[in-house]
Amino acid sequence: MPLVASQLDIANAVIDEVCLAGEPWIRTLRRGQIFRILDLEGNQAVDTLFYSATDPAERYCASATVVRQGQLYLSAGSRLYSNEGQAMLTIVADTCGRHDTVGGACAAESNTVRYALDKLHMHNCRDNFLQGLAHCDCHDEAAARLNLSKRDLAPNINFFMNVPVTAEGRLSFEDGISAQGKYVELRAEMDVICLISNCPQLNNPCNAYNPTPIRLLVWDPQ
Amino acid sequence: MSQIAKPGLSPLPAERLLWQYLVPAGTHWSGVMRRGSALRLTDSEGGANCAVTFFNAEEKLERYNMPDTLKAQHTALLTRGHCLYSDMGRILCSLIDDSVGWHDPLCGVSDAAQVREKYGESHYQSARNAMARSGRDSLLIELAKYGLGKRDLGATVNFFSKVTVDAEGRLLFASGHSPAGGAVDLRFEMNTLVVLSTAPHPLDPAPSHAPKPALLTAWHAGEAPADDCCRNFCGENQRGFVNTERYYLS
Repeated sequence: MPLVASQLDIANAVIDEVCLAGEPWIRTLRRGQIFRILDLEGNQAVDTLFYSATDPAERYCASATVVRQGQLYLSAGSRLYSNEGQAMLTIVADTCGRHDTVGGACAAESNTVRYALDKLHMHNCRDNFLQGLAHCDCHDEAAARLNLSKRDLAPNINFFMNVPVTAEGRLSFEDGISAQGKYVELRAEMDVICLISNCPQLNNPCNAYNPTPIRLLVWDPQ
Repeated sequence: MSQIAKPGLSPLPAERLLWQYLVPAGTHWSGVMRRGSALRLTDSEGGANCAVTFFNAEEKLERYNMPDTLKAQHTALLTRGHCLYSDMGRILCSLIDDSVGWHDPLCGVSDAAQVREKYGESHYQSARNAMARSGRDSLLIELAKYGLGKRDLGATVNFFSKVTVDAEGRLLFASGHSPAGGAVDLRFEMNTLVVLSTAPHPLDPAPSHAPKPALLTAWHAGEAPADDCCRNFCGENQRGFVNTERYYLS
């Protein structure tokens, strides 16, 4: 878990926005731009998907990413690979140390399985992704042109989430290893669309039972 | 589990058998399995890999969801007692019996470039039906027969393959994991489109392309009883069965 701090100055960021708990966020990142996700208050899971900005059939692929690097967790130096085997982004700085590739997104329907049948109405990441895609024409023209929909929601990255897999094949959701002010920073290796759900889950410790805002910053190529 | 003492599963009663098909090594197959039917996958030679993905046959936007499956059952391996969940909180199929003990849900399939890099160029012109086709291309060919494509291809279950994760997150492929005769029974809880490739596992370190066949045996299992091992594996599965049974009520 190499920890690598960033040298970038927040004053030079071209995008600097706060995404409140339980909200989606969608933007284009151009090749060479640096993208930071900052955990403002700590222990906040950030469910994230990436798509090629020009081809709706090319997207972040969890299995390609873990198999090509022989490594299940993401940290500084990790590359995110597409289903076409292309490097989409590289993690260039990380003060958290480990990010999840297995846990996916919470959904209304999976909440009924995991917690109770009457949890169907609770806010969840899949609804957020769908809401973000439904209104992406308001936020990002390139994303709107891709016409993404439910079929495009593949297993996502959970930044700041701790989902250890044991040698015996057990999977558990542990208390987060993130904390207030920790961040991860990625360099785009191609033009990509970033789709985020700032996770609203209240039924497990992935957000310490208290979903909180994140800050999203973008720098032009350095 | 001793692989010598128990290489496979008990034979199925003849009156329950529906059909058999041997999927040759390195090829692909798809078909619809009805609720209450079952599919026995048998590693006939040992060392097979069977990459499989699943869709609701009537609403193909509903499909196998790897994270939901693993989260619900707190597992990163699949074996007897586990259910494979759709992205709608329902159970597509259940692993009602298994002699192998570990099937890999994490690693997906190789693409054509990886196959070329690992095994060299392979063309039908010279290799004929022994051509090394990637698992991804195999699955895409079958998906296209149902109007599905790259955007619909998500995670697979790699039956007969075992990949462990160490404390640092490194992936380790277990060579020789599945014995000749190793078998797993999938009972279908929904009418399910099954799409399957017998290409080698992407982490299989064997230097030469040596895929293995898989024998499919379809049989009549009936619906899950109240004391079913998959239904009662955990509270999550009990709720998953409720969601699934409500879908088929009339």
